[in-house]
Amino acid sequence: MSIKVQDTRYKDITARSILYAVLVIAAIYYLAPLFLMIITSFRSMDEIRVGQLIEWPKSFSLDAWAAAWNQVQIGAREELGLKPYFINSIKMVIPSVAISTLLGALNGYVLSFWKFRGSEIFFALLLAGCFLPFQAILLPHSIVLGKLQLTGTVSGLVMTHVIYGVAFTTLFFRNYYVNLPGELIKAAKLDGAGFWMIFYRIILPLSTPIIVVSVIWQFTQIWNDFLFGVVFSDPDSQPVTVGLNNMVNSTTGEKRYNVDMAGAIIAALPTVIVYVVAGKYFVRGLTAGSVKG
Amino acid sequence: MFKKTLLAMALGGTIAATAQAGEVEVLHWWTSGGEAKSIAVLKEMVNDAGHSWKDFAVAGGGGENAYTVLRSRAVSGNAPASAQIKGLEIQEWGDLGFLADLSDVAEDNNWDSILPAVVSDVMKHDGKFVAAPVNVHRVNWMWANKAVLEEHGVKAPTSLDELWAASDKLKAAGITPIAHGGQPWQDATTFESIVLAVGGADFFSQVFVDHDQAALESDTMKTAFEEFGKVKQYIDKGAPGRDWNVATGMVIKGEAAFQFMGDWAKGEFSAAGKQPGADYYCLPFPGTEGEFTFNIDSLAMFKQRSSENEEAQMKMAELILSPEFQDVFNMNKGSIPVRLDQDMSGFDSCAQASMDTFKATSASGEGLVPSMAHGMSTTSAIQGAIYDVATDFFNSDMSADEAVLKLSRAVRAAQ
Amino acid sequence: MTKSNRSKGIDYWLPKLVLSPTIAITTVFIYGFIFLTAALSVTDEPLMTIFSLTNPNIDFTFDFVGLDHYVKLFENDRWNGALLNLGIFGVLFIGICMIVGLIFAILLDQNIRAEGALRTIYLYPMALSFIVTGTVWKWILNPTVGIEKFMQDIGFTSFTFDWIVDPQMAIYTVVIAGIWQSSGFVMAIFLAGLRGIDTSIIKAAQLDGASLFSVYTRIIIPSMRPVFFSAFVMLAHIAIKSFDLIMALTGGGPGNATDVPAIFMYQFSFTRSQYDMGATSAMIMLMGVAAILIPYLYSELRGEKQ
Repeated sequence: MSIKVQDTRYKDITARSILYAVLVIAAIYYLAPLFLMIITSFRSMDEIRVGQLIEWPKSFSLDAWAAAWNQVQIGAREELGLKPYFINSIKMVIPSVAISTLLGALNGYVLSFWKFRGSEIFFALLLAGCFLPFQAILLPHSIVLGKLQLTGTVSGLVMTHVIYGVAFTTLFFRNYYVNLPGELIKAAKLDGAGFWMIFYRIILPLSTPIIVVSVIWQFTQIWNDFLFGVVFSDPDSQPVTVGLNNMVNSTTGEKRYNVDMAGAIIAALPTVIVYVVAGKYFVRGLTAGSVKG
Repeated sequence: MFKKTLLAMALGGTIAATAQAGEVEVLHWWTSGGEAKSIAVLKEMVNDAGHSWKDFAVAGGGGENAYTVLRSRAVSGNAPASAQIKGLEIQEWGDLGFLADLSDVAEDNNWDSILPAVVSDVMKHDGKFVAAPVNVHRVNWMWANKAVLEEHGVKAPTSLDELWAASDKLKAAGITPIAHGGQPWQDATTFESIVLAVGGADFFSQVFVDHDQAALESDTMKTAFEEFGKVKQYIDKGAPGRDWNVATGMVIKGEAAFQFMGDWAKGEFSAAGKQPGADYYCLPFPGTEGEFTFNIDSLAMFKQRSSENEEAQMKMAELILSPEFQDVFNMNKGSIPVRLDQDMSGFDSCAQASMDTFKATSASGEGLVPSMAHGMSTTSAIQGAIYDVATDFFNSDMSADEAVLKLSRAVRAAQ
Repeated sequence: MTKSNRSKGIDYWLPKLVLSPTIAITTVFIYGFIFLTAALSVTDEPLMTIFSLTNPNIDFTFDFVGLDHYVKLFENDRWNGALLNLGIFGVLFIGICMIVGLIFAILLDQNIRAEGALRTIYLYPMALSFIVTGTVWKWILNPTVGIEKFMQDIGFTSFTFDWIVDPQMAIYTVVIAGIWQSSGFVMAIFLAGLRGIDTSIIKAAQLDGASLFSVYTRIIIPSMRPVFFSAFVMLAHIAIKSFDLIMALTGGGPGNATDVPAIFMYQFSFTRSQYDMGATSAMIMLMGVAAILIPYLYSELRGEKQ
């Protein structure tokens, strides 16, 4: 818990106001780009053309949003706008997050309570894998996807994200579990509870905070990924980041700042909502042990 | 009964195969307005022929992402039916054994006689057609806003000196003389036009095709860099990172006077409803009149597994060379048709002038050079090395002497 | 008795079985690929070699050339520039993110009224993709449309902020955007660390008359060593892999002023058909990562044994 500040100086109103001023100014810095994106997305192109980029809208219009969602022609596609890409992203992100989180929980469980010879070394090697520059593995990974008949499919993307996300989820769960009291498990083992029983009855019910962390992390990473999304997809599975990139590059003559901004917000909306809604649990989950060591 | 049906289905399948609908997956990065409109024409024609079109657009960075996708797909054994690759890149893919043989389509449609040799050479690997050319772009163009020039009493410059004089005048009047997009390929596009203006076509070939070290280190090269450096003072502050079509927009709106860009820029003028001669001028890059830097866009065809898709692919190759497609596509995109027998009457004055120069230079063999900046003259490795030096020079205070040294060194290293 | 033995048998094998998919994945998709990349970096024509693995039309070739490609890589001006840029970016990005993150974590820890809201505000940029961040910062930083023009139009005519188009300064705009995106996350990690500290020690110190400042510098911050490590590793990971952000923000420009190894590798491997340089630069990046990571892992594993 936070430190109860008894120090008299901090009761001082001036110091307190300075503190708030600093925090609010910082908040403005963090919010400014989002604010700019939002107001621009409501302006019309005529208004932007004569005015300037940073300006309060004279009239609010949702045209740019509608255009970005399902009216803009991207390449020579049948379907217009970001909508099909957005749906692809949803199809990709849900199984990827679910599988990688489950796998991470199981791995963390084994690496914390069922250690065997070499499991520590394996954990270190797995962790090192987080740092692989992904540009380097694109071609070898393509070969494997090809052999598995998964080239350009949503399943292929899910597999890719699970493979390269499991190191992170394992790290989260393992660091969380090692801080749980080991006696609990020992007692359960003595009572004859087996591997799965302990996992379901004891570990899983205690895991909510770290599941939240893992889900938020994976959701953000996978939703926002561009590199895997562009290289391992085909027209029927391209995720929204690729759609946004195509859309921003689909201009004629002038940049349609309003449409681009609306598109950028649409592409970012799910992750921002997740952060706003579950942000509280995120910090709580981190506190619960995932950042220790 | 059941067996019979199965047999009938199987037989029907083989018989119908010759007329069955296939799918062509086309990987491209033609996403900007004029380009997208042009490629949509091909899509319509493929659909009308009874096949389906799978549009695989991957935008960004002059095809950088698309190239990555193509490699990934090829190595996985699932190359798309067709991809927007060109120049020596076609040879690289041919060497790797991925490209389909278009000989039958080419023979049936007399490609050898309707295409100029300079085009068909690029499309062939080992003497066989493996790619279908969609257009010929002329790179050494300069676009100018007519109203701006007239308002400030500037005549269309025909030499570099005149260009700088005009630019000084415009700059003094508060107009951005040159609309430039500071991306490496745009820097290189300007650079190669200046090399052509300074050194002429033969010198251009020595440098960018043969990579002759004496030419690379010559005083002519040094002069070219010095002239290239002068461009810097006539561009605006916002240039770095700007997309080419946004720069074209500046000329259309009269915020800037000139842009050095290939004729794909005309697609943007047309899309904005502007007329050549009335609203804007298309001029040969100053000092390169009668010369033609060519850039041929093409769709290379990759070997397919399914016969239906292969059929659709061959049909598409045939359609690409059809006069109807060549007409509509090139009018949208600003380029000229690849067919020498094409009726040019429907085209505007810029395209007609371009075609005349193209025919004249390819007949005489003089003044027709492959574009370095667009992958026609050299391998992607050497092209990249030249890009690096050109863009470094343009974005720093490197001296022309140093640039010459760096260029010859970089080209050697990439060979 | 026999039953207990059997269950022991299952419990002996089960953990290994559960871990085995991940072990297989790691072996093939991480270490297998690293090995392949290492092999490609010492072969004459790596692109040919890799295509020969799947394309029967190409004969398999593997001509060992030793460290030739590595020598060539370090003779390349662009590569050396990219390394320097990563150095500048990495040091500033990690350093400033840590400082900013720590300061705001401490400030937020002072019983702030709207802590939840402020925390969300600081944290949300992490939710955006680098493509979005890069795109919006590109507009803001562009002198002809963004903040510079805005300030000049409202009267500050001498205001200039054109770092993004200045080759000398452009790398710092990448730092600005990167900090905006990631510092909130670091703040969250530190805040979590602060909340995890045993308050009784702090209370004892305060009873002994220690000032708030010295409580932080003497007790709290030193006890957060592992948290610093976590934050450092996360940031180093973002910095070394920095790719999307720079591609969207500057495209590596002006010129090659904001080029970094990840972009270098991508371009040389895929646009320039120089897979030799691509594989070699990947190996150098991996070695760099290992240099940072091995001490961390060592301390991590040693710390647990104690």
